[in-house]
Amino acid sequence: MVEFGGFDMPLMYSSIRDEHIAVRTDAGLFDLSHMGEVRLTGDGAEASVQRLLTNDVTGLRSGAALYSVMCNEKGGIVDDVVVYRDPGGYLIVVNAACRSKDVAWMRDHLDGTELDDLSDALALLAVQGPRAVEIVQCVAAVDVGTTDPFHFVDTEVGGVHAAVSRTGYTGEDGFELYVDADAAGSVWDVLRATGREFGMLPCGLGARDTLRLEAGLRLYGQDMDDATDPYSCGLGWTVKLAKGDFTGASALRALDPKHPPRRFIGLRLEGRAIARHGNSVIARGRDAGVVTSGTFSFTLGYGIATASVDPELSPDTPLMIDIRGSLAPAVRVPLPFYRRTKGA
Amino acid sequence: MADLSAYRFTATHEWVLLEDGRATVGITDNAQSQLGDVIFVELPAAGTVVKAGAKFGAIESVKAASDLYAPVSGTVSQVNDALSAQPELVNREPYAGGWMIRLDGVSEGGVELLDEAAYEASTAG
Repeated sequence: MVEFGGFDMPLMYSSIRDEHIAVRTDAGLFDLSHMGEVRLTGDGAEASVQRLLTNDVTGLRSGAALYSVMCNEKGGIVDDVVVYRDPGGYLIVVNAACRSKDVAWMRDHLDGTELDDLSDALALLAVQGPRAVEIVQCVAAVDVGTTDPFHFVDTEVGGVHAAVSRTGYTGEDGFELYVDADAAGSVWDVLRATGREFGMLPCGLGARDTLRLEAGLRLYGQDMDDATDPYSCGLGWTVKLAKGDFTGASALRALDPKHPPRRFIGLRLEGRAIARHGNSVIARGRDAGVVTSGTFSFTLGYGIATASVDPELSPDTPLMIDIRGSLAPAVRVPLPFYRRTKGA
Repeated sequence: MADLSAYRFTATHEWVLLEDGRATVGITDNAQSQLGDVIFVELPAAGTVVKAGAKFGAIESVKAASDLYAPVSGTVSQVNDALSAQPELVNREPYAGGWMIRLDGVSEGGVELLDEAAYEASTAG
């Protein structure tokens, strides 16, 4: 067990490798109840969300979800979030470690909006992998297979009310299920029992990290922080300057999206060494950046890393990563490292 | 569980099996379980002289990288090449197929070698 965002969570249930492979080939079950959920309602809710987030929620219909970042006045990322729209308002899902900071930040930037921190009342379970649809279909009261990606449906799972969302953090198809905290244990048990014959394994934080990194998904606090602008970590696509004013907009307008202060890149390591957060990236003998995340890719069979580097670095410059004093050659590769075959 | 009565253990979680001036070295079941899935084991070449208590290699898992320390002094006579293709042997068979190096001309000194009961007691709680 490890402490993560104020929660005691298992790094693994069996083995990170086995859990990782289960998600890529069959399915995995995750307890993500540490994530924070903040509900915003009221006449001013849409305008408040528009002001808080860089992405544009005006086109977001009830039943749909959107990924965004939330910036401070300087354009630094306060958190990365998923926002859900329902008939009553918005649900913003935040990182556990950022929860109190985010709630305080949101409260200071609301107008005509009620804020409810539902984090303790809501549990979040995820079923991810190519067999996730089959598994959740066995226990959900509606045909969840017809739910589009980044959409959700209010239904029952194992007799318990659940918002079932076709989202995830693994690069696979799958669902995230929001249920009352009191019912989480029984929903977990139902999913676990149902998933067994589909090869589903319970998965810990270790596999969650290796899966998300293969899929090129960012981790707050590691790949970005309050001092990182969205362009510098490859999240410029979440910034909609045309939507009008929002927090951080003037700072972001001053940046050139094509030439950000830092560039976020993918690296493939030669050999089996593993780059870790904080390792230096060396180009032609000088410091050219820092590894933000690194792991061994069980799917690809080699080490992978993301790095924040000098934007002037030309793409063909040979790079080395300083791993505990040894220089490991690394090749720049496009993100994501892994992309699932659709419709398989 | 293997019979570990002939094995000796270090506070840094290596084991050593001593036979006629030769030694086989690996890491303990407790160590592999703490590390999780082993990805890479960096070992010295045959002929390298290692000194008791000094670093002789490194092991990398998904979770962390750790240095390996020699329980005894000696000259590396053999390296477990199987670990380069199958580092997971360290997880599966820490006391058998997951061995790391063999040493000749062994001498003890400087590193306290514990028996199984004493090592288990040192890792408990």
